[in-house]
Amino acid sequence: MPEGTLCNKKTIDTQEALHALLADKSGKKYYEEMKQLDVNATVLWGVIRKTLKSRLRTWLEICAHCGMCADSCFLYLTNGRDPKQVPSYKIQSTLGELVKRKGKVDNDFMHHCMDTAWSKCTCCNRCAMYCPFGIDMGVMFGYLRGLLFSQGFVPWELKIGSGMHRVYRAQMDVTTEDWVETCEWMCEEYEEDWPGLTFPIDKPDADIMYTVNAREVKHYPEDLAEAAILFHLAGENWTVPSQGWEETSLAMFAGDWAACKMQVESVYDAMKRLKSKRMVVTECGHAYRATVVEGPYWAGLKTGKTPIESLHYVEWLAEALRTGKLKIDPSKKIKEPVTYQDSCNYIRNAGLAECAREIMSYIAEDFREMTPCREYNFCCGGGGGFNGIGRYREQRNIGLKIKRDQVLDTGAKLVIAPCHNCWDAIRDMEEIYHIGIRWSFLKPVLLKMVLVPEHLKPKDE
Amino acid sequence: MYEFVSGPLALSTFLIFFLGLVWRFIWYVKGLNWQADRVAYTQNARYGVRGALRSILCWLIPYGTHGWRYYSGFTALVFIFHFGLLITPVFLLGHNELLKQSWIGFGLPALPEALADALTIAVMVAALFILVRRIALPPVRILTTAYDILLLVIAVAPFFTGFMAYHQIGNYNFWLILHILCGEIMLIAIPFTKLSHFILFFMSRAQIGMDFGIKRGGMKSKGFPW
Ligand code: SF4
Ligand code: SF4
Repeated sequence: MPEGTLCNKKTIDTQEALHALLADKSGKKYYEEMKQLDVNATVLWGVIRKTLKSRLRTWLEICAHCGMCADSCFLYLTNGRDPKQVPSYKIQSTLGELVKRKGKVDNDFMHHCMDTAWSKCTCCNRCAMYCPFGIDMGVMFGYLRGLLFSQGFVPWELKIGSGMHRVYRAQMDVTTEDWVETCEWMCEEYEEDWPGLTFPIDKPDADIMYTVNAREVKHYPEDLAEAAILFHLAGENWTVPSQGWEETSLAMFAGDWAACKMQVESVYDAMKRLKSKRMVVTECGHAYRATVVEGPYWAGLKTGKTPIESLHYVEWLAEALRTGKLKIDPSKKIKEPVTYQDSCNYIRNAGLAECAREIMSYIAEDFREMTPCREYNFCCGGGGGFNGIGRYREQRNIGLKIKRDQVLDTGAKLVIAPCHNCWDAIRDMEEIYHIGIRWSFLKPVLLKMVLVPEHLKPKDE
Repeated sequence: MYEFVSGPLALSTFLIFFLGLVWRFIWYVKGLNWQADRVAYTQNARYGVRGALRSILCWLIPYGTHGWRYYSGFTALVFIFHFGLLITPVFLLGHNELLKQSWIGFGLPALPEALADALTIAVMVAALFILVRRIALPPVRILTTAYDILLLVIAVAPFFTGFMAYHQIGNYNFWLILHILCGEIMLIAIPFTKLSHFILFFMSRAQIGMDFGIKRGGMKSKGFPW
């Protein structure tokens, strides 16, 4: 049985196919079928020949095998410095071999590649900073993931995730109706406390088009309310699109490039439809990376830029605090020691380290940097899809140790983590290692300390 | 024999070396693709150039980057090794005398002979430590292949044989001819092996510099802090 009913080379494009996969608890049958899955070596080699161009070829070829990337990888460090976790080894033994054998590999080898690509690399790109040639394993593993996806060797959760984007244009089964209803519900829920609060949907020509992570809609709707309240207090002319509101991309973690394109195009369409001046992305790292940094390339935009200027939430917040749109009550600043989790996706890979520092300077009295920090910070331990894959839960938990020790070293008991992946990883880290810390997005912290203009105060106060 | 290895063979070697490098350069640039690499190389060229230059220059300076500072001992070896490898042959008195006597008719200024000798020894000692490190450290040992060691031998052989010839240890003619052959092997190996990092170092660093300079934050920050 080369092609399984659940595990095969086909993409998930219908609700039925999605439901069938979801019904297979933890992907038991899916992974069983994967053991039988054939490799189509001709097609695989064809794709490699077409897409493996000078940059990647050079990286594979000139790697000096010097090992300077070893200590840069948190998975090497947390796994007892296992030589098999050296970034160069990980890529040479997978993509390197695949190319050497001209795609003529067997099922076992593909399993080895899959397990390496998704459990030994979070695509954090930290090794690229330490390699004298600038060899970026995050980029190469991203490429390998694409090859593996095309052959059907992809973790169950990510096959589902990419299917979600294909079917719903969201990482979860949130329909347009669900989304619009949630927005309206949140508005109703909070408008009494915040007179004049609105949740404008599809308002044309707004200054800001706000886009989110489907998890907020499904699991943390208060986050949407908090965003609305802060925009309201800042006096922003903002809106959300009824379609094209989802910024995230599990398709990017899965290596499903066609789905990546579909997803970001839904957002770009909204930009063009609503003609907003700028877009602001919620506190999510990979969402920003996918839609703002990488997305224009998937969509074939030659400028490498989104159709309208796009900001991460920390950029908007830093600007709002700087320009005085939002004002902080100095007596309510965070007094206890507090640290900040630099997300790989918008700090190392998008240059926003300074925004984060600026925000912390307005809201915290005792801000403590992690070591290392900024562009050099370690991955939270759960990036690149790692958080969400049951098959690799144990490996993920080992990887979390790096963040545990970094946080402990700061002495802070509160971690600001404006990224969904980092937030999750830190929550799980506390659950597993019990180091007695709290963690938070920026929005709830801000809401506790912003000055509310007289005319926006609740009437009963 | 001497006439042949230092005449037609040497000429063909240099030709292959230079053409090989040109081919590598063209091959690399032609293989870049803005959409596949996801870097808008030609748009935002100012940021691209800035990113590329910063990425190359920072890494050319000893201890100029986080990476070089992190592995400080190895960094010393790398710089001594490469400095000697590049400077010694180009500014060697003997080599430049040969150039002057040939149809080229002029040579570059030469290093004092004692200094050249010291650099030669430094290259060999650094290579030895690099080899020991390769074998001794588990994260490097797991990466090491016979090919890596062969390349190290190819790179050091001209220095060793040159050293033997210069100090006239044993048969001068034997070492001299072997030295010329080893030098030629190394030059030919550069475009065709991993030693192509002679040029690809610059290409690869420029590329990642543009990547960070254009796409990954370079337009929103002061430039990537290598
Ligand atoms: S640091 Fe770069 S050249 Fe050295 S082993 Fe790692 S990837 Fe290869
Ligand atoms: S990208 Fe990050 S996780 Fe992957 S090999 Fe490099 S340092 Fe390790």
